[in-house]
Amino acid sequence: MSWIICGSVPDADFPLSLSSWRLEEGQLYTSAEAFLPHGGTLPALSVQRGTPALIAAALQVCQSLALPQPLALLAGDTGNGKGSLALYAFLSDWLPSTSEMVAGLTFHYLFPNVDGHNRVLMGVRAYAEKHPAPVLAADAGFMYAAKMSGYAGEYDLFTPDAGELAFLADENAPHPFYTRGFLLGSGLSAEELAQRAHAHGNCARTLLIKGAVDSVAEDGVLVARVDSPDIPFMEPIGGTGDLLTGTVTGLLMAGYPMRRACTIAARTNRLTGKLASPTPATQVGELIPFLPEALRQALADRA
Amino acid sequence: MKRLFGLWKKRTPELETAPGKSGGKGFLTFHNTGEVLRAERLLREAGLPVEVKGPPPELRTGCDMVIVFELLLEPAARRVLQREHLEPLSAVPVDDPLLEPVSLFHTTDYGRWFMVRAANMKITVEKDTGTIVNVSGGGCPDVPWLAARLNGRRVSEAEEPCIRGQTLCAYALHKAFVEARRLWREGA
Repeated sequence: MSWIICGSVPDADFPLSLSSWRLEEGQLYTSAEAFLPHGGTLPALSVQRGTPALIAAALQVCQSLALPQPLALLAGDTGNGKGSLALYAFLSDWLPSTSEMVAGLTFHYLFPNVDGHNRVLMGVRAYAEKHPAPVLAADAGFMYAAKMSGYAGEYDLFTPDAGELAFLADENAPHPFYTRGFLLGSGLSAEELAQRAHAHGNCARTLLIKGAVDSVAEDGVLVARVDSPDIPFMEPIGGTGDLLTGTVTGLLMAGYPMRRACTIAARTNRLTGKLASPTPATQVGELIPFLPEALRQALADRA
Repeated sequence: MKRLFGLWKKRTPELETAPGKSGGKGFLTFHNTGEVLRAERLLREAGLPVEVKGPPPELRTGCDMVIVFELLLEPAARRVLQREHLEPLSAVPVDDPLLEPVSLFHTTDYGRWFMVRAANMKITVEKDTGTIVNVSGGGCPDVPWLAARLNGRRVSEAEEPCIRGQTLCAYALHKAFVEARRLWREGA
């Protein structure tokens, strides 16, 4: 069984590729079995923010729990959407025909395009006619497209931050950029916003909401909160949300139930911050080495 | 004087445009958001009054903006864009209200640093030096690329994200950047 992380690399020349990666001294290196449908070679990836940070976190969890590595379906995209559209086309063709057993898919930094999203979702449905349905998790640009498509309810997990939660709660906004002010600056609680997003069919069954207090909502109802340790300097650090999504991906791969995976991931992220003692100028790559010990502590808390 | 003029202008009652009428406004559509960002910059530099808004539902694909302009100024706008080899896909009268971009900013004081959030984008600046130390949030693929270009540069000197950005997240980052620059210049 494999889990596929789908995202982008901020390099227009990076080729479309399906591969596993290993983390060594802050860099990602591909395995020998990389599949490159359009050819090319894969460079090492620096773990900054974005999908490489998500992959690095998932790899840390997999290594800690002795799990096989996830696969990563990656495309180079610096914002014009070409790489993302190529990824959507490949995935929508590949899923219905593959013999690979896919336990889950995590979608990440991809150009939000509703048509591309819908093709992928049709591919997932075709796959699920012959196999157990994979778990679907989405964050970042693909989450925006999933919400705008009207099919958000087919997803198992979204991982929004406070601004993105307001966007999910706004039935009129096609992108967080258009979230109406009465939702964005309203002081509405995370639960009120989650309820509103759920009522309009604009969110996944589970929301892992990142914020000063991390919350888990199921079908619009808040079911868990994680508020310690409190590390306010984590918010300005680009990529901490990517680490959280990568960590929850690893825990879902390990078979943890959704709610438990979310709460352990949130606690792990906070403990990572505590162990790293960051400032607002800390870079996400400096946090990643602390993740295995943070995970160990978070799992010990829950034992 | 400028301040008084601003107050006077705000208090002048305005006749609202009747529903279903364009009120002399139209919008320009482009191939992609990157072209919209470029067109907005060129038209503003040429002194034309333009605004960026969300397209009507029938034109939305996921990451879109249109440029709202005075219909009477369409020939002038087209001339400006043609000089830069930028061709709008269409020019359409505005019939219904269009989506407004986020205009709220949220600022957090972290002691030596401050962070500005606009929509889903955050930028953090060191107060003493004006150095951009982090960019976070967002979900479009140019965000990590723009973040790498901004990190470590001074907010007063760094290239504005709208110049190379191609998505709505880039535009939100641009707004946060401009606000952070304004605050830093005012001694945030």
